[in-house]
Amino acid sequence: MTVKKKKRDLGKLSQKTSSLTNSSKFSRIKGFAIQFLPHSEIRDLGSSERIKKILGIILGNNILILQGRLLVDEETRLIEDTMAMIGHVKNFRGIELAVISGNGNEGFFSKMKKGFANVLSGGDLGAITIIGPATIVKEIKRNPKRIELLLNK
Amino acid sequence: MVIKVFKNFFNRIFFNLFKNKRDIKLGFYGPPNAGKTSLANRICKDFTGEEIGSVSKVPHETRSVQFKEKVKIEYKGKVMTFKMIDTPGIATRIDYEDFLKYKVKKKEAKKRAKEATQGVIESIKWLDDMDIVVIVLDATENPYNQVNITIIGNLVARKIPVLIVANKIDLKKSDIKSIGAAFPEYDVIGISAKHGKNLEEFYESIFKLTKKV
Repeated sequence: MTVKKKKRDLGKLSQKTSSLTNSSKFSRIKGFAIQFLPHSEIRDLGSSERIKKILGIILGNNILILQGRLLVDEETRLIEDTMAMIGHVKNFRGIELAVISGNGNEGFFSKMKKGFANVLSGGDLGAITIIGPATIVKEIKRNPKRIELLLNK
Repeated sequence: MVIKVFKNFFNRIFFNLFKNKRDIKLGFYGPPNAGKTSLANRICKDFTGEEIGSVSKVPHETRSVQFKEKVKIEYKGKVMTFKMIDTPGIATRIDYEDFLKYKVKKKEAKKRAKEATQGVIESIKWLDDMDIVVIVLDATENPYNQVNITIIGNLVARKIPVLIVANKIDLKKSDIKSIGAAFPEYDVIGISAKHGKNLEEFYESIFKLTKKV
């Protein structure tokens, strides 16, 4: 019963994705650009619209630098929708994704202050999310001290 | 009023009875080729004599969720019954050309890539159904990977207890300290699923984790 339900969900996702990919703007493959997206551009959007907007930018061969970060369930939704698009969109092989945020070692009061600020602003504005198409971005190497964006030749 | 009290009392007794009898759903999550199936196989072989799935050097060998029911794990005289759930590796990119390096034919590579993408979606869908989750990481790889962070973040949001396992500690390149540094809020157990190294500590951690369910 559970398996059947899951299969139905997958079917729905594929249908949704194919309607998204029919748009002609997703077939452009010419070089790449870096696009900055302020949080205000997605603040009032629902989760589906946010993901659609982000994937639209990525499929236009842009490396996206997003102010703030997505919610955790939006991040998994982004991975799901990305997977559903591979094979449906020509030359699309997925994405590279990294979120740069605080190191998590802040004290109790700093965390509380940050949490309060996040509630007021509607997101973790201190974070930055980098998303690029896998055909352009080979790897985003991270360690606690630096972040490296390695591009394909 | 008296009837209501009796009703609640019996409901509580029946709920606890079935809660205790229910198998604990133990999920294995992580990036591709970290050793999820190797670890699940090791446990299943030790306690049931059968394996859960095949392993390979080619990434995305597991492309659909695999189960093994009624796995009775015995540790220090205690026995607990688990439903083992081995999931496909979660990735943000899948390129069929990557499989060609492993001498997989083009047609087969494309099929494998398609199945792998569906496997990732299936893995994510199953997150909701887990009681406890073991995140299996390759100790020779950089742990600062957004997929690892995203999976753990989702489990925390769903209040599912998590254990992080650093696999492949038998290899020289392995660095369990870097995994501990990347996830300071979690217990990290170093193991070698291939050679069955340090599994006692792993079972102890699993039994501890079940108390949080």
